[in-house]
Amino acid sequence: AMVDAESGLSLTIARVVQRLRGSSLHSQLERQARVSLHKPEVKLESLKEDIKDFLKTSGWEKKLQNAVYSELNVFPSPCHPAAPPEHMKEPLAYMRKAQGSWEKRILKSLNSMCTELSIPLAQKRPVSEQKELLNKWNEMGTDEPDLTLFRPVYAPKDFLEVLMNLRNPNYENGEQPSFRNHLGLIQVPLKVKDIPELKEDFSELGLNIGQLGIDDSAQVPPEFFENEHVRVGQKVLAEQDSAAAQQYVRQGCPTALRADLWALILNISNQPEDILYYEQLKSNVIQHNLLVDSLIYKDVKLTASNDDYYFVFEDYLYQVLLCFSRDTSVLEHFAYSSATPPKSYIRGKLGIEEYAVFYPPSVLSHLNSLILAVAPLCFLYHEPSKLYQMFREMYVRFFFRLHSISSHPSGIVSLCLLFETLLQTHLPQLFHHLREIGAQPLRMSFKWMVRAFSGYLATDQLLLLWDRILGYNSLEILAVLAAAVFAFRAVNLMEVTSLAAAEAVLADLSTLKVMPLLQIFLFATVT
Amino acid sequence: QLTRKNYLVKNLKRFRKQLEREAGKLEATKCDFFPKTFEMPLEYHLFVEEFRKNPGTTWIMKPVGRSQGKGIFLFRKLKDIIEWRKEKLWTFHLLFIYSPKRGKCVWFLLQDGLRTDDQKDETQVEIYVAQRYIENPYLIGGRKFDLRVYVLVTSYIPLKAWLYRDGFARFSNTRFTLNSIDDHYVHLTNVAVQKTAPDYDPEKGCKWMIQQLRQYLTAKHGADVVEVLFADMDNIFIKSLQSVQKVIISDKHCFELYGYDILIDQDLKPWLIEVNASPSLAASSQEDYELKCHLLKDTLHIVDMEGRLTGKEKRVGGFDLIWSDGPVSREGNLDTPPSESFVANSHLGCYNDRKKQLKQLFRSLCA
Repeated sequence: AMVDAESGLSLTIARVVQRLRGSSLHSQLERQARVSLHKPEVKLESLKEDIKDFLKTSGWEKKLQNAVYSELNVFPSPCHPAAPPEHMKEPLAYMRKAQGSWEKRILKSLNSMCTELSIPLAQKRPVSEQKELLNKWNEMGTDEPDLTLFRPVYAPKDFLEVLMNLRNPNYENGEQPSFRNHLGLIQVPLKVKDIPELKEDFSELGLNIGQLGIDDSAQVPPEFFENEHVRVGQKVLAEQDSAAAQQYVRQGCPTALRADLWALILNISNQPEDILYYEQLKSNVIQHNLLVDSLIYKDVKLTASNDDYYFVFEDYLYQVLLCFSRDTSVLEHFAYSSATPPKSYIRGKLGIEEYAVFYPPSVLSHLNSLILAVAPLCFLYHEPSKLYQMFREMYVRFFFRLHSISSHPSGIVSLCLLFETLLQTHLPQLFHHLREIGAQPLRMSFKWMVRAFSGYLATDQLLLLWDRILGYNSLEILAVLAAAVFAFRAVNLMEVTSLAAAEAVLADLSTLKVMPLLQIFLFATVT
Repeated sequence: QLTRKNYLVKNLKRFRKQLEREAGKLEATKCDFFPKTFEMPLEYHLFVEEFRKNPGTTWIMKPVGRSQGKGIFLFRKLKDIIEWRKEKLWTFHLLFIYSPKRGKCVWFLLQDGLRTDDQKDETQVEIYVAQRYIENPYLIGGRKFDLRVYVLVTSYIPLKAWLYRDGFARFSNTRFTLNSIDDHYVHLTNVAVQKTAPDYDPEKGCKWMIQQLRQYLTAKHGADVVEVLFADMDNIFIKSLQSVQKVIISDKHCFELYGYDILIDQDLKPWLIEVNASPSLAASSQEDYELKCHLLKDTLHIVDMEGRLTGKEKRVGGFDLIWSDGPVSREGNLDTPPSESFVANSHLGCYNDRKKQLKQLFRSLCA
């Protein structure tokens, strides 16, 4: 039975109110209301109305609006009020099961590594070590611990294998195998959009609409679009309106305004309590040594230190990820994800709840992608606690969906299926050819999508792409871009005769201009 | 005259004085982009005077004739260089001759170099400069960096200078701290020195393209601030070239490609560290290789041995003409007089679509 619109709305309202009640915004609003009592405009006879007006003119109503908007963006629409919480997380039983076994597998691998190396999952640091780490906090990259024995918990291709093996037990494809079930790697019948639907969803990327990434190029006089767009952006920031900002960035952010616009959309304002929270996480890192820390060190060294542009931010990456691996508030998002965090205990305190350390599994399984997700943010945010919060918010809104098995339209499974469907439908010859030579397209594009293209595109192009992720509150654009890249290099791909050669054609994306590719694929290709 | 550190200092100092005389104090401050420098041994006493006025500051000692960071060290106390001096012998030659300026015979101190014991019979001299070290460099990710920018001069009188759009920022491999002035590697960002640092990884470049740096700074400080920074850099190029205009032996058929080393401090003020006459064209990465290839190609296009260009071009490939006996404006062509809304024809760190521009240029020349 479908929930009718009205009771759905009141459910949503009730949930948002429940989440905001008791938050610092709530107490600030109360305080402001009390302060307003001293103002001459506020009269006893019309108290309620006057306080409301005061909150409006002083900008507090806007802050409340932004907070509500943020909550709505993050939480999925409610299903039936009688549905159990797991269904809220993930409505499909077989997806929940697959995610559960995947997590068990990761934890098992982690535990066996601990036993092999006789290193505990977590242990308290001796005081001298704590002091040392505190002193070195800003330059952890200079450390060279011996990491040769640590191996990654699993490799990205393992995750793809798991996704490929997903099957819906209720779905019988019958005697007539449709092309979809046999040609692509993903074999679950999730609903994905087709190009007409995507054109509607991404209408602001249309040919007639100005875009940063296209209409700000050197040949186009800035009076045509750029100047006005910048002016509007400044106005949006002045008004501090989250919803307007989200709409605005669909056409791209001017470089100078991007940091503030993204923070506005994600409703991050670096309040004193946020800074305090970061400091607390930092002190957790100082006090306790987790096994996953060594994995983080190793992965950062491998990934970022060798990247031409990210190497500069090595120290920031350690700081953010070490704190992130101890951040239990991230667990909140698991209320709407299908993943359940595995628990482990600090050595010697097995079973005692205060010593339980929750490992968000994604921290373990996708270190590489996490690192690549933080690095672009280092171009925008330099204050550690703000950088941390921006990353955490991006993670709980978007990136975690790339690392867990779910049926969500922005989940990695749907993105893979969307990519394959787009390719099969609009470039059938190419798709068929690549399959024939043993180069399944998804095998090559998977790593781009799972990292949201970070580390593959030039930084300015990546930021333009992420503008749209924030603007549309969806990761579907990653699948569209992946298909667009194949379309762009179709001629060369048609000529290759091996997987290695295909990979070579697609190896270097650093010269690609993202927005023209997307526009052409969506709006200028005959469908 | 531009590329030996001591000559650069002399020429800049002289030019600054001239500018002050001709255009006033304010105009002269536009030349304050060179950290205080003293030639050794000639200006040793002047240096000591300055040193004593500012105790605790850090100075850097550089041999004028050597490149790639050789022979350079930092110091903070006079006793550090007194030891070093003792290794070299100070030799001076004094001449008592007639000075027309002063109308009488005076003693002239002929600058000489510092020679070691075994070198004292050689005619080779080694001149050093002591320069005020920039203690507050702009840091990214805790690391210090300097900029390498390419300027092509095709004529000194009249001055015609081109600025290449691409360039790079060279990062130090280690975090910046003033505590370890013995750590050569932190402070010297020349790639040549970095290559010998213990944790140097040859696979990884420690360079950013200037476009990247420009984007980073714009995101952090806003476009207006960055415009000012880049305009200040243009000022460095022009003023330094003007200061040697009269002393360089100018030949219509010669050209010089200079590699300027610029350091930005925390207040976003650019400082001129050095000008290199034969900038290293060895490549440390694919990106680097392409930049240098294109740089050379475009240099040859401008030198134009086939005589294809008209001489009125404002842009050739990745080079923009920034000075042609006067500032060059972005708008209009070379002959139009400067208007109210003058915007400089300088695009350092901007998008470089050189192939396309060259195609258009040569097509229009053929027509």
